Amino acid sequence: MAELLQFIFSGLTVGAVYALVGLGFTLIYNASDIINFAQGEFVMLGGMITVFLVAAGVPLPLAALIAVGLTTAVGLALHRLAIEPARGSSPVTLIMITIGASIFLRGIAQIIFDRRFHSLPSLFGSEPIHFGGATMLPQSLVVLAVAAIIVVLLWLFMERTLLGKAVTATAANRLAARLIGINTRRIVDFSFAISAAIGAVAGIVVTPITLTSYDVGTLLALKGFAAAMLGGIGSAPGAVVGGVLLGLIEALTAGYISSNYKDAVSFLIILIVLVAMPQGLFGRARIERV
Amino acid sequence: MRALQHIAMAAGVGLAALVGMGHQASAQIKIGAVLSVTGPASFLGDPEKKTLQIYVDEINAKGGVNGQKLELVVYDDAANSNSARTFATRLVEQDKVVAVIGPSTTGSTMAMIPVFEDAHIPLISLAGAVQIIEPVRKWVFKTPATDTMACEKIFADLKSRKLTQVALISGTDAFGKSMSVECHKVASKVGVRIMTEETYGPRDSDMTPQLTKIRDTPGVQAVINPGFGQGPAIVTRNYRQLGIKLPLYQSHGVCSKQYIKLAGEAAEGVRLPCSSLVIADKLPASDPQKPVVVDYARTFQQKTGQAVATFGGHAYDALMILVDAMKRAKSSDPAKVRDEIEKTKGFIGADGVVNMSPSDHLGLSVSSAFHMLEIKHGDWTLVPGT
Repeated sequence: MAELLQFIFSGLTVGAVYALVGLGFTLIYNASDIINFAQGEFVMLGGMITVFLVAAGVPLPLAALIAVGLTTAVGLALHRLAIEPARGSSPVTLIMITIGASIFLRGIAQIIFDRRFHSLPSLFGSEPIHFGGATMLPQSLVVLAVAAIIVVLLWLFMERTLLGKAVTATAANRLAARLIGINTRRIVDFSFAISAAIGAVAGIVVTPITLTSYDVGTLLALKGFAAAMLGGIGSAPGAVVGGVLLGLIEALTAGYISSNYKDAVSFLIILIVLVAMPQGLFGRARIERV
Repeated sequence: MRALQHIAMAAGVGLAALVGMGHQASAQIKIGAVLSVTGPASFLGDPEKKTLQIYVDEINAKGGVNGQKLELVVYDDAANSNSARTFATRLVEQDKVVAVIGPSTTGSTMAMIPVFEDAHIPLISLAGAVQIIEPVRKWVFKTPATDTMACEKIFADLKSRKLTQVALISGTDAFGKSMSVECHKVASKVGVRIMTEETYGPRDSDMTPQLTKIRDTPGVQAVINPGFGQGPAIVTRNYRQLGIKLPLYQSHGVCSKQYIKLAGEAAEGVRLPCSSLVIADKLPASDPQKPVVVDYARTFQQKTGQAVATFGGHAYDALMILVDAMKRAKSSDPAKVRDEIEKTKGFIGADGVVNMSPSDHLGLSVSSAFHMLEIKHGDWTLVPGT
């Protein structure tokens, strides 16, 4: 029993990380149909900038704030300098641009920062919480809580504000949105900025668990993307449920079957789910009208 | 344009000075190097390149080798074995080097070996795996100790603590896999039983399920973690989180202060085999390696402003073994140099004391290659009697 509980705790820890990274994909996708493969680099930037500011003597909360600010600026720049000039290209071309941006950001980070691994102290200490014979680090709960807060904020924003409605409208039909007076360019700008900010926040709160380095983004983004797909890309609650599910599947496979097959089993389950439900667990079916 | 003229003039003066120095400096000895200076293995190639440059400059400042200056030709393979092979061919056919140092990774080394075996030019690899020198190839040598030796060192320490039943938790990267295979081979020879083995991906962020299984496996007396990068730091943290009291052994892959920093208090009491370079200042004065490693560490720190890494030490040893061989051969003829490299005896380097032979192109013994260290109060301490 204690064993099962430990596996579940591990699954929640890892799943919370995936969920938080996965959330970053939703807003850009909602506004522009682009899957932003530089999302992992936003996560990396959030963590690395904070680490280096803290090392330079800046207090942690201020360092985190600056990191979110800078990453948001990078997100805006990515849209203005790389995506916007290619406006009108097919989503595939735009996705390719984000892959290029991801490689570019990783290269820059390698030069500006360094190639080592870094960690951040957890705000709530590293003393594990004991429960029913199993243990969990307080930071895992922080990550879960932050993921929940972001989901609620995103939901309120999309459903309850005019700007949120404008994002939905832009995604649904860019031309029609422009005809009724929405500045669609501003909207997509905005979605890149917010996604970058979400990525940065994710990077800061997961660093005490996952550690960080210039190339941490690639694999985190891959798992976060898988989580978002499983939950239904574009759906914020879906990203969280997908992330936690993915984490639980991995932990239980490692625990009860074999750690050698943990990635294979989780991707197999994702494949099965996507074959049965191509929109993911929470995704809305897309209807193409001609 | 002005600037260009200045450069041209300066070059002219420099050239005149060289010519003026006389005949012995007219020819240069070309040494090639293929290193992973950028890319995923840059943590290897970067200190290796810096080390080679520092010491080639130093040797040249002292008049070179056999009256000739050394010329270093460095290519960056970015840990890609295809480009390593291309550079190997270029070094042989275009640059016409007399010997080659590198590459940094096992994959690149295996790709380059056929080129140098055909061209009859000696290659001193800086990569870890034992396949490079087993079976012995006439023209191929290497300087870093193998993971087989790390396993032997760990098992010897286990046996001295009367522990014979262990569990492995290995990374699934090349380093973890290779060391795990070697530990399995060594274990059956020295009478240690591996009760269970778990694995983790190189970027996993929680290993508690694997460690829970190990904890619940009856009979396990110690845990060994062959791994590299941030994985071992997370394993160490999770190990303490679960409150496992068995001795934990890490590999030579994490012999850096960074590991202690990342794992924090959880690293207390962890043992691991490391080369002398890591504990240069703590070696007893009687240790023959002490002057060499202290001097190398100081030089590297002064010239680069970076903390010394074991990887740079591999390059130091390769260059010095090569230079010594050229001096003994009184020639830079590749075949003569090769014969002398093979006769290297009692060379004291950063990786240990090297005694090569026709059947051993590494020449390190376990006792000189590795010291068993224990982490106490956030620092390395030598385990007595090792």
